[in-house]
Amino acid sequence: MTEVHDFGIAPVTCHTFDKNRTGLALSHNDSNVKIYKKSANKWQETDTLSEHGQRVTSIDWAPNSNRIVTCSADRNAFVWMLEDGKWKQVLVIPRINRAATFVRWSPKENKFAVASGSRLIAICYYDVENNWWLSHHIKKPIRSTVTCLDWHPNNVLIAAGSTDFKCRIFSAYRKEVDEKPGPSSWGSKMMFGALMAEFANGGGGWVHSVSFSASGNKVAWVGHDSSVSVVDSTKGNELLVIKDSFLPFMGITWITENSLVAAGYDCNPMLFSHTGGKLTLVGQLDQSQEKESGQIRFGRSLSWNSPPLPINGSMEEEEEETFTRVSAMNRFKNLDKKATASETSTDLKTQHQNTITQVSVYSGTKADAGKIATSGVDGNLIIWDLKSLEKSIQGLKIS
Amino acid sequence: MVHLVEHFFIWLWNLILERHSHPHISQAATLKPYLNAIRETLNAAICLQNFDSQNVERHNKPEVEVKSNKELLLTPIVISRNEREKVLIEGSINSLRISIAIKQADEIERILCHKFTRFMMMRAENFAILRRKQVEGYDISFLITNFHTEQMYKHKLVDFIIHFMEEIDKEINFLKLAVNSRARISAEEFLKNF
Repeated sequence: MTEVHDFGIAPVTCHTFDKNRTGLALSHNDSNVKIYKKSANKWQETDTLSEHGQRVTSIDWAPNSNRIVTCSADRNAFVWMLEDGKWKQVLVIPRINRAATFVRWSPKENKFAVASGSRLIAICYYDVENNWWLSHHIKKPIRSTVTCLDWHPNNVLIAAGSTDFKCRIFSAYRKEVDEKPGPSSWGSKMMFGALMAEFANGGGGWVHSVSFSASGNKVAWVGHDSSVSVVDSTKGNELLVIKDSFLPFMGITWITENSLVAAGYDCNPMLFSHTGGKLTLVGQLDQSQEKESGQIRFGRSLSWNSPPLPINGSMEEEEEETFTRVSAMNRFKNLDKKATASETSTDLKTQHQNTITQVSVYSGTKADAGKIATSGVDGNLIIWDLKSLEKSIQGLKIS
Repeated sequence: MVHLVEHFFIWLWNLILERHSHPHISQAATLKPYLNAIRETLNAAICLQNFDSQNVERHNKPEVEVKSNKELLLTPIVISRNEREKVLIEGSINSLRISIAIKQADEIERILCHKFTRFMMMRAENFAILRRKQVEGYDISFLITNFHTEQMYKHKLVDFIIHFMEEIDKEINFLKLAVNSRARISAEEFLKNF
């Protein structure tokens, strides 16, 4: 149901796959981008792209043109092209003076957008004369760092989340590279930089991730106020917000036209459904594993290195309370490792051991995803098979 | 001579104090909810991410310290058990500051607490998350940044702070008892001369 790929102890801050999912590019929270090739279900490191001067913040691999775009906290972005088996970079001039935070190719791969801490989005397109990528800025009315972006399938609209608590939809229409776009459900006047819509869910949380649905009619975003918000443009921009006892999410993606997966500080991807004018939490994808067999009930009075029972107080009651379930195997393992028989495991019950940084579709499309991939601060990349999870987890129904 | 007399008075004073400072039952009953509230708040507040400064290029600073953008700060929270024991939790996008006011019932506890926290803060680099200087109005402060949460388990960081709060009270009580018994012995030795 899940495949765990371990990439060491350093956090995986961002990841991206190539078209047929045999190539992987990721960054280990430093200035390098590592390229991996899949062989026999293992990821073999093939190349390192080390042109950035500071932490790489985002990577995107264009499926059809096979180009990688990377951006970094050093305010630069590069487009990498494979020439004779070597990755060569092409200069990008995003003209930003703060860290670049996020980068995504447009669906047609003729332009890309760079989000940045200088409170703007740079839309970059290729300039043949100079062999570099030129940029135009979308500035208004962004008030703080832009943290995330997602392109509408029509190659013109772009959704942006920002630390000023708002999710906005802009037009990124460039007459140099785009044909005149037809009307969309978000509006028909699409001058470059036009603000098509602006949403706040009233909670005041930094927006961490944003996603257009496959049709482009819905947009979903997650914020630091532990919320998931969805806007449906076909229903007059109806805004639905869900808040529950979960911690904030860092990534969100649509997996069908009506279902979403979000993951973040809970280290556990969660499935949401948006149907019939309702947004509901369906369930968690990571069900905690069954404990090892051979468990015995083990009490404090039997364990030789725990403090003796208090003299006063009912003996029986005390015993009942301090009984914990310890497997024989774990008991001796802990005795050996930590000189204590008690269950002092530091591991979390989830498969990811630290915050999930990004969620992406691994197989299929946003309209019908078969598998999704999550990368975490724990250095793991986990691939979740949604179809088999749907079968095995009770009540988990992907609509 | 002056020294010994001083000790004698401390002894007398503590005899009186000890009579009046039996542990109250209500006191013990409020400790657990107090620590639980702190644990839950920290669990929600330590959701940190790497965030580069939007004011100075190529810089990465704890926003809770520089406070240059108010949209990046969370509303500070004070959790208090009584007027002397409280905790201030200040959150931001990439860092969190927790400041603790430790119980100080009398002059000795005040002195002991001051010495103890000073000793630790002078060695702040050995404690990873300890801040070199406390926030005004509090006795000791911790600064947790996204770099700590990348290297360490969040729940273990929270455990550490809760454990620290449990232990510091015990530690100061223990030191106080040690000072008292020493004062008693020196006073007895002194009185033997008469």
